[in-house]
Amino acid sequence: MSRTFLGMPPFPEAAAVSTQNAQLRANLTHATHTIRDKRARAVTELDDWAQLRQAGQEIKDHTLRHLDHYLLQAEKAVTAAGGTVHWAADAAEANRIVADLVRATGESEVVKVKSMATQEIGLNEALAAEGITAYETDLAELIVQLGDDLPSHILVPAIHRNRSEIRDIFRDAMGRWGRPAPDGLTDSPAELAEAARLHLREKFLRAKVAVSGANFIVAETGTLVVLESEGNGRMCLTLPETLISVVGIEKLVPSWRDLEVFLQLLPRSSTAERMNPYTTLWTGTTAGDGPSNFHLVLLDNGRTDTLADEVGRQALRCIRCSACLNVCPVYERAGGHAYGSPYPGPIGAILTPQLRGLQSEVDASLPYASSLCGACYEVCPVAIDIPEVLVQLRERVADQAPGHRLERAAMKSAGWLLDHPAAYSAALRTASRARGLLPRRLPLPGPAKAWSDSRDLPTLPEHPFRDWWNSRPNGEDGPKHDDGKTGKDSAAR
Amino acid sequence: MRVALFLTCVNDALYPDTGRAVVTLLERLGVDVDFPTGQTCCGQPQYNTGYRRETEPLVHRMAKVFAGYDYVVTPSGSCAAMVRDNYPRIGAKARAEGRGTALGKAADALVPRVVELTEFLVDVLEVTDVGAYFPHTVTYHPSCHGLRMLGLGDRPVRLLRAVRGLTLIELPGAEECCGFGGTFSVKNPAVSTAMGTDKVRNAASTGAEVLCGADNSCLMHLGGLLHRQDQPLRPLHIAEILAATEQDATATEPTETVIPA
Ligand code: SF4
Repeated sequence: MSRTFLGMPPFPEAAAVSTQNAQLRANLTHATHTIRDKRARAVTELDDWAQLRQAGQEIKDHTLRHLDHYLLQAEKAVTAAGGTVHWAADAAEANRIVADLVRATGESEVVKVKSMATQEIGLNEALAAEGITAYETDLAELIVQLGDDLPSHILVPAIHRNRSEIRDIFRDAMGRWGRPAPDGLTDSPAELAEAARLHLREKFLRAKVAVSGANFIVAETGTLVVLESEGNGRMCLTLPETLISVVGIEKLVPSWRDLEVFLQLLPRSSTAERMNPYTTLWTGTTAGDGPSNFHLVLLDNGRTDTLADEVGRQALRCIRCSACLNVCPVYERAGGHAYGSPYPGPIGAILTPQLRGLQSEVDASLPYASSLCGACYEVCPVAIDIPEVLVQLRERVADQAPGHRLERAAMKSAGWLLDHPAAYSAALRTASRARGLLPRRLPLPGPAKAWSDSRDLPTLPEHPFRDWWNSRPNGEDGPKHDDGKTGKDSAAR
Repeated sequence: MRVALFLTCVNDALYPDTGRAVVTLLERLGVDVDFPTGQTCCGQPQYNTGYRRETEPLVHRMAKVFAGYDYVVTPSGSCAAMVRDNYPRIGAKARAEGRGTALGKAADALVPRVVELTEFLVDVLEVTDVGAYFPHTVTYHPSCHGLRMLGLGDRPVRLLRAVRGLTLIELPGAEECCGFGGTFSVKNPAVSTAMGTDKVRNAASTGAEVLCGADNSCLMHLGGLLHRQDQPLRPLHIAEILAATEQDATATEPTETVIPA
């Protein structure tokens, strides 16, 4: 994934810093709550939402099961329609392909349609290293690029910025990238939009090469589909001479009919719109209309490995709507940057470690970046059981990471105790007896300290429950021996 | 009807009052409830932290300890959800890993009989008015596992509404996670604390005297924050409210069973 994200600290440390940033938290809370409420309303408008969601899940699962077939079908169709298909096993290969294609045109700049795949592979940085400048044309991506910042949300990469911060970024940086911001720019949305429009228009009219991703590829016809709200993408998809689209291999759907489902699921889940304002579809090339050269780079970059995992593969159903981010209480406090990848929030916590592997500290920390509250699963339009995948990934971390040896030892000894009720009861009693010694905050390092830095520990009761139970008059014939057998037969009727 | 109380390890060790309340309440409603002392923990902390194989003996234990009961009632939505949602998965995985079908059978035998307390009251006993009296203002936090994994819906709220003397005040942002999340609270203490702080702020904004929940783990986390912040709001498990009667309210001395040392 993008080199710009490398070197991020593990999630808990990054999040500990961002939770202290009051402005960031205010921006995030406001933005996520607004959009989550709107999404909820947009979804309740459809009385067949549950069926749509199930259809989305089934179409994706079917496609993933027969991915080899649909990929070859798509390749054939794209080629027949005058496009060229390239296969990229990883980020380096994809970047190399795109850079070579751009260089072959003789150009040294490209305009870009907002795309997660190109962020994932760090395309902008790779092109820059080759002397090619990539201009982001999505408004929020533009803000991130001008601010020399990293995206922090799938749909709204500049969600962590408020209007006055954006005004400052435009004023300070637009001139370095092209047409400067108008004098006396205020932070009114209309003025900010106009400044961006003027700045971008020069780019659209000049560009000979565009780079995009795609939300979907229809296998039967080789048609690519981009959904957007602003229309800037459409400018890039129609004006330049050469169009290069970098698309993950999981973006396929078998037929046009299948699109019907996703054209309902995606806009309502992401922008809470009934339909997105701009839907652009293109199939190969057409003489005299749109780009005359079209290249499709099909990107693997960890996807076939993910596909091999029975539980984890459901992450590949993701249509990048970002609904899970907007309801996630952890994302809301930690912010997108803490996830150390272009894919933040709940989906990032399961997708990033699967695509990149669990070797780095930040990737090994991501499966734990969740309280497993389940809100993400509830809203996901393709029913990805994110908590289930998180737990399964935790298992892999616990198995692999040497740092988890102590934890495993603790879990093992707790496990022994919990499987020996007599010892367990004795431990409860010992703890109760030592209750006077236990302060409500602990100075010692370890989990109890992590707990009691902000929260007081509960006071231990005088006796555990089981002692009270055994002391009851009618409990006398109850089980006195902690032998793991069921309780007294007389009461069990 | 053979009914067993699955109290959970957290309640047994830290919140015996909740256990006493469940027993009192169920007995008042005519249920003969048993507490098999072979019970310990359902394995939720281990499983959710990534130690699936370490939970396997506990799945066996739970199935054995609670064999033969028609219902296994627990005052913890998350432990009920652990059994109902995850035991079948654990069984299936053990099988896939070539460790036979015993675990899966144990899980299958237990899963349909495990019910959360408010489910048991509303669905099995079919009562919402349990004859309780609790003259206080209360706000209710529906814990995530009860809310989303078990789908408890408005059962707890219906039970609380039927309590005489009780004034229920709606909790703003009720459906948001409190930030406990088991080991999440120690692995990501900053985020957990930020989430809990927002939750207790919302709860305090209601002006209620009591913050009620159906899961003592969440209440332990929120109670720890309230105590540290010197807030007057008192965390209390729903069972303790439902068990309270007019007699309790007028009693001057708490009537506790004396436990031999
Ligand atoms: S995981 Fe689901 S909710 Fe999250 S971005 Fe993907 S499709 Fe949307």
